[in-house]
Amino acid sequence: MSNTEWSLWEVFIRSKQGLDHKHVGSLHAADAQMAIENARDVYTRRMEGVSIWVVESKNIHASNPTEAGALYDPANDKAYRHPTFYHLPDELKHM
Amino acid sequence: MDKQALIDYTLQLADNALIIGHRNSEWCGHGPILEQDIAISNIALDYIGQARNFYQYAAALIGNGATEDSLAYLRDAIDFKNCLLTELPNGDWAQTILRQFFFSAYQYFLYQQLQQSTDQQLAAIAEKAFKEVTYHLRWSSEWVIRLGDGTEESRERMLHAIEELWSFTGELFEATTYEQQSVNDGYGVAFQEIQHSWMKKVGLVFEEATLPIPAANIWMQSGGKKGIHTEHLGFILAEMQFLQRAYPGAEW
Repeated sequence: MSNTEWSLWEVFIRSKQGLDHKHVGSLHAADAQMAIENARDVYTRRMEGVSIWVVESKNIHASNPTEAGALYDPANDKAYRHPTFYHLPDELKHM
Repeated sequence: MDKQALIDYTLQLADNALIIGHRNSEWCGHGPILEQDIAISNIALDYIGQARNFYQYAAALIGNGATEDSLAYLRDAIDFKNCLLTELPNGDWAQTILRQFFFSAYQYFLYQQLQQSTDQQLAAIAEKAFKEVTYHLRWSSEWVIRLGDGTEESRERMLHAIEELWSFTGELFEATTYEQQSVNDGYGVAFQEIQHSWMKKVGLVFEEATLPIPAANIWMQSGGKKGIHTEHLGFILAEMQFLQRAYPGAEW
C-alpha cells in the first residue's frame, strides 16, 4: 500500500427478508462499489445475508460518551413510560 | 459415442479449475489488502469445488478404482490438460487480475452453454459453477477497470500484464480432437460463438479501462490442452502432489 489508505466503511447486513439491516463490522475500500463487493466477500461467506448496506464511517455521527449522564439518566426515574408501570384490571384479557 | 473423449473433456474442465485455483490460493496471506486476500481465496475455493465435481465425474467414467484424489494427485504434467494461461506464475496483482478476467470471461460463456449440454452431469456442474463464475467475472472486470483507468503505475502494470498474457488467450478457443469430438457427440460447447462473445466482453471492459486491445495477428501459444506445458506446471505439481507421493494414502 502506498501512502493513500482506502477509507473505512461500516457494513450492515440484512440476514432475512423482513428483518432490519444490522451492523456487522467495517472494512476498507476505495469507493461504495468496492465496499459492497468487499462486504460480500468478508461478511457473507457463510450465507449470513440477503442484502448489504455500506456507509463511509466518516458519515456516521455518534453521541458523546461524556454526555451520557445528561442524555440518558433523566429517563431513569420515569417508570411511567414503561407499560409495566400500569396495573391492568383483571377483566382485561389478551394484553 | 467416444467415451475417452468425454473423459478427456471432463478432465480438461477439472484441470483448468484445479490449476487456476491453486495459483489463486498462493495469494492467501499475501493479498494487497485483507479484503482482497479474502476475495481471491474465496475464488480459489470456488475453483477447488468445481475441480472436485468434474474429477468425481471423470473418476466414475474411468472406473478401475480412479478417484478424485488419484486424478488430482497422481497424474503427471503430461496428463494434465489445463490451458497454459492457468499455470502461469501469478506475477503482480495486475497480472493475476487480468488472468482472472480473461479466464472468467471464457468460463462464463463456456458454462453458460454447457448448462444445455446433453450430458446431464456436465450440465448440472456447469449450472452450479455458472453462478460462481458470474461473480468472478464481475469482480475481475471491476479490477481491470480500476487498474487500467487508475494511477499511472496501475496502468503501467496493466499494460505489462496484457503483454505477458495476451498470447496465451488463443488456446482457450483452439479445439483439440477431444473437444471437436465433444461437439460432434452433442455434449460439448463449440468455440466459435463463445470466442465472439469473449472478444466482445474483453473489448467492452478494456474500453472502459482505457486499455488497448492487442493486434489480431499476434502469434498465440498453445499446447496445455494436449499435455504440452510450460515449465511452471511441474513446480505446481511438485508442491501440490508432494504429500500424496511421499505418503501415499495419507489423510488428515
